[in-house]
Amino acid sequence: MNELTTVLLYVGAIGLLAIGIAGVLLSRHLFRIVLALSIAESGGNLLLVLTGFRWNAVAPIIEGAAQGTMVDPVPQAMVLTSIVIGVGVQALALAMAVRLRQAYGTLDIREIRARMEQDISDAADVVPPRSQQEPAGGRPLPPPSTAGLLTSKGSQA
Amino acid sequence: MLTRAGPLLFAGGFAFLLFVLLAELPFGDPVMAVGRVVLDEAAATVGAANIVTSVVLAYRGIDTMGELAILFAAATAAGLVLGHPGKADQAEEAGGFILRAGADLLFPLLIVVGMYIILHGHLTPGGGFQGGVVLATAFVLPVLARPGQVPSHGALAIVEGLAGAVFIATGAAALAYDHEFLTPLLSPGRLGALVSAGTLPILYLAVGLKVGAELAGLLIRFTEADAESPR
Repeated sequence: MNELTTVLLYVGAIGLLAIGIAGVLLSRHLFRIVLALSIAESGGNLLLVLTGFRWNAVAPIIEGAAQGTMVDPVPQAMVLTSIVIGVGVQALALAMAVRLRQAYGTLDIREIRARMEQDISDAADVVPPRSQQEPAGGRPLPPPSTAGLLTSKGSQA
Repeated sequence: MLTRAGPLLFAGGFAFLLFVLLAELPFGDPVMAVGRVVLDEAAATVGAANIVTSVVLAYRGIDTMGELAILFAAATAAGLVLGHPGKADQAEEAGGFILRAGADLLFPLLIVVGMYIILHGHLTPGGGFQGGVVLATAFVLPVLARPGQVPSHGALAIVEGLAGAVFIATGAAALAYDHEFLTPLLSPGRLGALVSAGTLPILYLAVGLKVGAELAGLLIRFTEADAESPR
């Protein structure tokens, strides 16, 4: 029984971590990437808390005189830190996503990358770099952005 | 199809690696010795019934200060990226009746619950960070109900700055008594009493106010940001 519980707890924590990492790598939508990041973070936090786990122990809070064994408080304090930092990271990521949406009218990272490269090349007056593996006919790019960073009025939703 | 194989392989391999590492560790019997020492000594030396609080504020107090600095940097950077919203073109639509009535009803309750969680951080689960988030929701909810009436960012910044100053001043006060930075001062008191654990409640109150003001400012900035176009 204990073996099964152990495996289940680890599968839960590592599974969340793996799902989050796969989501970050596979998603094309920026908001989904941020969500996947937060899933991976909860998996990591769960894993940290599990390292302090002790069988038949209570939470590390003293109440009354009779007290059983308690779980390790140090990983719990570290997870408290990590959760707060995760909130900060998510807030910053979302703020950047909001600005990208304002500038390019989309949250698709491929489209954003293409537009950004074009913007940079235009600003520097150079021909955009082409990939060696690119097919001869050229890849169908999204329609060129008519607006710059500050003038777009959310035409493409 | 092939482009998906790489990321999936990476995620799967990462999970497998973690499983192999964790299989070597004894589960349910932490190998770290620090936790045991902390559990034995914290109640007598720090005097907080909640031992996680002793770790966060007494044993790792300087880490908590760094954590506050990271949160401050993230909130500042997010504010910088989002920018200052100009004058709104048209007044945003106020929330529905249920949202407005609910915000009015919940505001005092959220303040009380938030302050309770902060002030009992050294006795019960909870503390400055958790209570601070509850306080922040208390101030963000009215903004959602009535988008026109936004509390000034200046007042929030003053609360935040004062709370941060109190945290550092409490830590620096320990230096005056020949202790290390952020060592808890005053006597630990009776275990489990509201006024106990020395300066820990003061530190947690500062943390709570700082986190609350920071998060409220951040969330209000997000509600002000227009997703379609900069104002």
